[in-house]
Amino acid sequence: MTILTRCGIGILPAVMFVALTASGVWAQGVAGTQGPARINSGDTAWVLASTALVLAMIAPGLTLFYGGLVRSKNVLGTIMHSFVILCLVSVMWVLWGYSLVYGPDRGGVIGGLDWAGLSGVGLDPNPSHGPTIPHQAFVLFQLMFAAFTPALITGAFAERMRFSALLLFAVLWSVFIYSPLAHWLWAGGWLARLGAVDFAGGAVVHTSAGVSALACALVLGRRRGYGSDYMAPHNLPFVLVGTGLLWFGWLGFNGGSALGANATAVGALMATHLAAATAALAWMVAEWLHRGKPTALGVASGAVAGLATVTAGAGYVGPLSAMLVGVAAGLSCYLVIVWKGKIGYDDTLDVVGIHGVGGVVGMLATGLLASSAVNPGGPDGLFFGHAAQFGILKLVDGLIGLRISPEEEAIGLDLSQHNERAYS
Amino acid sequence: MKLVEAIIKPFKLDEVKDALLEVGVQGMTVSEVKGFGRQKGHKETYRGTEYTIEFVPKVKIEVAVADGQVQRVIETITRTARTGSIGDGKIFVRDLGAVVRIRTGETGESAL
Repeated sequence: MTILTRCGIGILPAVMFVALTASGVWAQGVAGTQGPARINSGDTAWVLASTALVLAMIAPGLTLFYGGLVRSKNVLGTIMHSFVILCLVSVMWVLWGYSLVYGPDRGGVIGGLDWAGLSGVGLDPNPSHGPTIPHQAFVLFQLMFAAFTPALITGAFAERMRFSALLLFAVLWSVFIYSPLAHWLWAGGWLARLGAVDFAGGAVVHTSAGVSALACALVLGRRRGYGSDYMAPHNLPFVLVGTGLLWFGWLGFNGGSALGANATAVGALMATHLAAATAALAWMVAEWLHRGKPTALGVASGAVAGLATVTAGAGYVGPLSAMLVGVAAGLSCYLVIVWKGKIGYDDTLDVVGIHGVGGVVGMLATGLLASSAVNPGGPDGLFFGHAAQFGILKLVDGLIGLRISPEEEAIGLDLSQHNERAYS
Repeated sequence: MKLVEAIIKPFKLDEVKDALLEVGVQGMTVSEVKGFGRQKGHKETYRGTEYTIEFVPKVKIEVAVADGQVQRVIETITRTARTGSIGDGKIFVRDLGAVVRIRTGETGESAL
């Protein structure tokens, strides 16, 4: 009951805010319908389709990918993490998130709240945010990125996070980590001014998620029985279907980041697909040589590692370079995951090993392989994410308690947090 | 009377059951069990994490038989459940103190 009450108090102001701002948003929508001819229908169609593709990465892509990797008693709780973060970030994005990232720049650090509630963000194109598509198409496309990133992190605290703590964490993380970082790199912030490039989120999405995941795994501690109990994935076909959907959606994630149906989008799609394919093969071969058998989970993990790694440079590298990126992704992520077993931190679903390592490798590779592109932003972003992350986790732990009780952990998230079972 | 307990490989169940019916066994109890003998378990690898699975799924058949039938039942199970490779299972035979058919109240061999 106390948890419910705390949540209720937290949600109330948000609901009131929605009610207050709804009328304003509505008015803009109507006013913007007579947009000028600068809108390109092909570009708009592609960005809208890409928005749907990135949505498919979160649900059902990531939900199946993560849901299959946990034990059967935690599958609903794990799927809920991504689903609810999608809903929560969508609401926050319109109310203040979009404005914090893309609103008028405040000293290269953060966007102003001028566009809170999408005030002034209509259907006419904005010259710096997708000059050939309606501004709200850009808002929607970026919304999916903002939702995907915290959903990724949930893999690090799978099977032991309190649900109410997850909600508070997602809110704080979006405001204090994602918003500034995305502003720095994508909206004319100080990293962008230094010349850092991040095509579709190698730093903003994957490295930040990986770094935060490491902090989560360290603060939250291992699952009970880690290293001794049998904790194998409960449904690998789920994981493989999820991988396929992530791969599918990633074409929109990277291809859509061109913000138009143009040559850059084609290059990004080409690079994305090739990196996934080669990384899957690289992981498979590495595991085959190292452990004696090629595994289905290995191929799936390699594909996702390749996708995460190519994200930073998808629009900047050619097909053969993309394949090199894929090989580097498959091998480096495999090495880190084998090495993780010896270190003993419990990044349950390997967000660090796959997205964090992939993101960093991808940014370095972009610097090496991309023509006229450099990236000094990686280390700075890394440090920021890591330090701020601990503060957020400690705060949530103090307010609600991050972790479920030992009994609840034994019962599983599904029954203890949601009063239901996946397979009854 | 004896109670014959056979632990066998699950995929051999149908073959063993048909052969036992042929030699005159009238009924049996079957359960899914887990265990290991000299076969031990197998290894599973998930992203580099190795698990040793010690308990292997098996099927346990229980058959209550008259003394004169015991040898034939044991031979039948041994013949049909064997693959020749490790993990074929074991047969345990124990004395049966009493048998009662619940419907009629019959006891002893006539209740088998």
